[in-house]
Amino acid sequence: MSAPIIEVKDLKTYFQTPKGIAKSVDGVSFSIPRGGTFALVGESGCGKSVTALSLIQLVPEPAGYIAGGEILLNGKDIISLTESEKRNIRGNKISMIFQEPMTSLNPVFTIGDQIMETIRLHQGKTKKEAQEIAIDMFRKVGLPNPEAMINEYPHRLSGGMRQRIMIAIALACKPDLLIADEPTTALDVTIQDQILKLINELKASMGTAVLLITHNLALVYQNAETVGVMYAGKIAEMASTKDLFRNPMHPYTVKLLRSIPGGKKRGKALDTIIGTVPPATSYPLGCHFAGRCPREMEGCATIEPPLAERAPGHLVACHLHDPEFMNKPYSKPIRQEPDKLSPLATPFKDREIILEVKNLKTYYPIRKGLLKRVVGNVAAVDGIDLSIRQGSTLALVGESGCGKTTAGKSIIQLIRPTEGEILFRNNDLARLGDRELKKYRSLIQIIFQDPYSSLNPRLMVKDTIEEGLKTLKPDMGKEARMKRIASTLERVGLVPEMMYRYPHEFSGGQRQRIGIARALAVDPEFIVCDEAVSALDVSVQAQILNLLKSIQRDFGLSFLFITHDLSVVEYIADEVAVMYAGKIVERNRTEEIFSNPQHDYTKKLLSAIPRIDESLVNAWKLPGHH
Amino acid sequence: MLTYIIRRILYAIPIVIGVNLLTAILFFYVNTPDDMARKILGEKNVTPAAIENWKADHGYNLPTFLNTKEESIGKVTQTIFFQKSVPLFWFDFGRSDRNNIDIGNEIKTRMWASLAISVPMFILGIYVDLFIAMMLAYYRGTYLDLWGLIIGVVMMSVSTLFYIIGGQFIFGKVLKLFPISGYDTGLHSIKFLILPVIIGVISSAGAGIRFYRTVFLEEMNKDYIRTARAKGLSEGKVLFKHALKNSMIPILTNVVVSIPFLFYGSLIMETFFAIPGLGNFTIEAIQAQDFAIVRSMVYLGSILYIIGLILTDISYTLVDPRVRFE
Repeated sequence: MSAPIIEVKDLKTYFQTPKGIAKSVDGVSFSIPRGGTFALVGESGCGKSVTALSLIQLVPEPAGYIAGGEILLNGKDIISLTESEKRNIRGNKISMIFQEPMTSLNPVFTIGDQIMETIRLHQGKTKKEAQEIAIDMFRKVGLPNPEAMINEYPHRLSGGMRQRIMIAIALACKPDLLIADEPTTALDVTIQDQILKLINELKASMGTAVLLITHNLALVYQNAETVGVMYAGKIAEMASTKDLFRNPMHPYTVKLLRSIPGGKKRGKALDTIIGTVPPATSYPLGCHFAGRCPREMEGCATIEPPLAERAPGHLVACHLHDPEFMNKPYSKPIRQEPDKLSPLATPFKDREIILEVKNLKTYYPIRKGLLKRVVGNVAAVDGIDLSIRQGSTLALVGESGCGKTTAGKSIIQLIRPTEGEILFRNNDLARLGDRELKKYRSLIQIIFQDPYSSLNPRLMVKDTIEEGLKTLKPDMGKEARMKRIASTLERVGLVPEMMYRYPHEFSGGQRQRIGIARALAVDPEFIVCDEAVSALDVSVQAQILNLLKSIQRDFGLSFLFITHDLSVVEYIADEVAVMYAGKIVERNRTEEIFSNPQHDYTKKLLSAIPRIDESLVNAWKLPGHH
Repeated sequence: MLTYIIRRILYAIPIVIGVNLLTAILFFYVNTPDDMARKILGEKNVTPAAIENWKADHGYNLPTFLNTKEESIGKVTQTIFFQKSVPLFWFDFGRSDRNNIDIGNEIKTRMWASLAISVPMFILGIYVDLFIAMMLAYYRGTYLDLWGLIIGVVMMSVSTLFYIIGGQFIFGKVLKLFPISGYDTGLHSIKFLILPVIIGVISSAGAGIRFYRTVFLEEMNKDYIRTARAKGLSEGKVLFKHALKNSMIPILTNVVVSIPFLFYGSLIMETFFAIPGLGNFTIEAIQAQDFAIVRSMVYLGSILYIIGLILTDISYTLVDPRVRFE
């Protein structure tokens, strides 16, 4: 292996907060060779992004500061450089692309100006030369008509295009290191595939080293040579991608991998991790994972495990692999988690059809000209047919803009459709007036994507849930309502006393539980889950998926699962409908769709999802001695 | 973009009509010509005949909106509304109630005195406020920023009158640098203008600085600023190039709308410094209860406001490509 381009040694990045010093990055070491990709994975709040910002020397000051360690770029430490020397490195030797392509470009400058700014700053080129380089870069990242693109403004381009531009800007000065911080998280799966291929191609042709930061383990599996699993400011495990996925050694890695949904896990409960990541201001003395670890031993919480080589080239920070430690007794009994979810007694084919959608069309008018007259329509949903059986899950999948969310909202009558029938227990909801519709509102509920913004921050949990009960179950008395709220919260895995708290006091996963409780409280028969688990970390996502599965079984609920995440679909759905440009292009049982897709678009979609070889799943076992 | 501007101007037409109508209702219906006459002639010892006389002299002896005695078109034209308010559409303000002067002519001459004080105050004010606000944003989180903010709040909390009287006392009376008040024509006016301009800038600085600073800081937290820093740009360039142009969008909303009002002058400043502008004119008319002048100025103010809003919309297209390409 050639000499590393970047070498990070015992990096510590701290933040001064009102609650004390937050050790967001607490002693991280790794190195990346020329042309290599190193991936940092872990849940949100583990310090991945702060590591990236430290490397490019953009830790938000004055609260954040680098408290120790070295960052060697081609053997030279960059932490001790002056501000103007650091500026010479940024965008030139080390570049970065960010998660949000929609907001990462300046809206008031043309994209040509934005890329030429970097080129002129670092390479001292004239305007004309810079423009030539810019056009060349636009061509390299696959922008159509690069000469004309120079004068475009960001708002006229799609998210995928903007991320290409970000890459063009980042690579314009041929940097030694490219930091990609969740580069595709905000993008559709087919665009994600294109963007990653692009990064890999450019990396190969330019010899750039890549630091890939992501929470998506499958992405790492397909794109990185080396992986560091980060947990609470430290690297818990580091190995070649092959070794790590074949033989994960840290309990955290194993748990993470086992919480990924997928076809092989159908019918079983997903593995979850209890608790949450400890706040960076109060890590445990010993192993940071100790409190959540299913194999915690005596001493784990007080003695810090070193990151040591426990197999050739495989570094793990865990006492379970330490010969001196490994025989200590576990500090808590080994929990046998329920592995199976008993399926519904009635076979799928015999279940009653609860909801049928026939030729549903929802159009939005296009207004143009001086008088804003309607000149045409956007067919957001253009004649779709669906049916959902009781106690079953239908997944509606497709990319952003395909009309799946509009379809969901039209079905539950949040948007009135333009045409078509929506038969719920043989009553056409589309024909009902607002008052008659109210009778059905309690039977049909929705869970939204963003657990952060879909709850009113000024209302206590109790009020949020009670509001729905008051409107939809007016006969219920105050006392009965309170009882119902308490029991529903308990059902979704929260404590009844939590009803007196406000949304900001909860974690993302807990908030989504509140969202589920709100829907569940009014005795629905049918729930639309609009990207209900997409914003969650994989371990939390597993908990919510388990919860949804169990309430489905207990209450015989039917779900319409709207999502772009196909591994979730493969795990939870009975049937899949693939939507493209307002139409359903393919509809079938889940196994059929995944094993034998018919439509070209379905094939394209399936081939674009990053996947971990399913045969590895059985190898993911927790370490330990008993 | 052209359709955008034309649409804005078309939107303004019904608003102008509405404003005219509303002013008429306010001045002829809520406050009837009888009330005006009584106030001008003096509340006591006014005979009904004197009122009728006054109304006839000043053209208020017609029905307000509909004249049933007249034939066809006369039903509409022979009314107070048509005689007094409709000409406002082409800026024919008529004559004042008390001295019978030509209001339009008066506005044209007095406007220049108002502009002489309001334009330098406006331009200097923006430069000073923007400069200090950007400095505070650049040094955000430091003691300079903190103290800048505290002083800004203190300056906001103090009444304009305090600045005027304090300024007149110190610079006019004690130091004798400038005349306390008064006005002259041509270049001689400069020595009378310096003090009100400085006081005007100072009295509005607190609010302006605080607002601009907030706008800048909000922009400084946006993702594209992080991108600009990651490119290796200096903090100054990030602030003056990337943040400034984006900040112009909320700043323009605040600033452009007030440009037409420069003609209108300032009621308080002109009164205290005895500058014969439109602000002074309005105050005098209110004191003299000359409703023709007050009505004209109210209408003019509304029109200037509408023009300000149109200018704001147009100025967006200059800084924000998202509006330009709508």
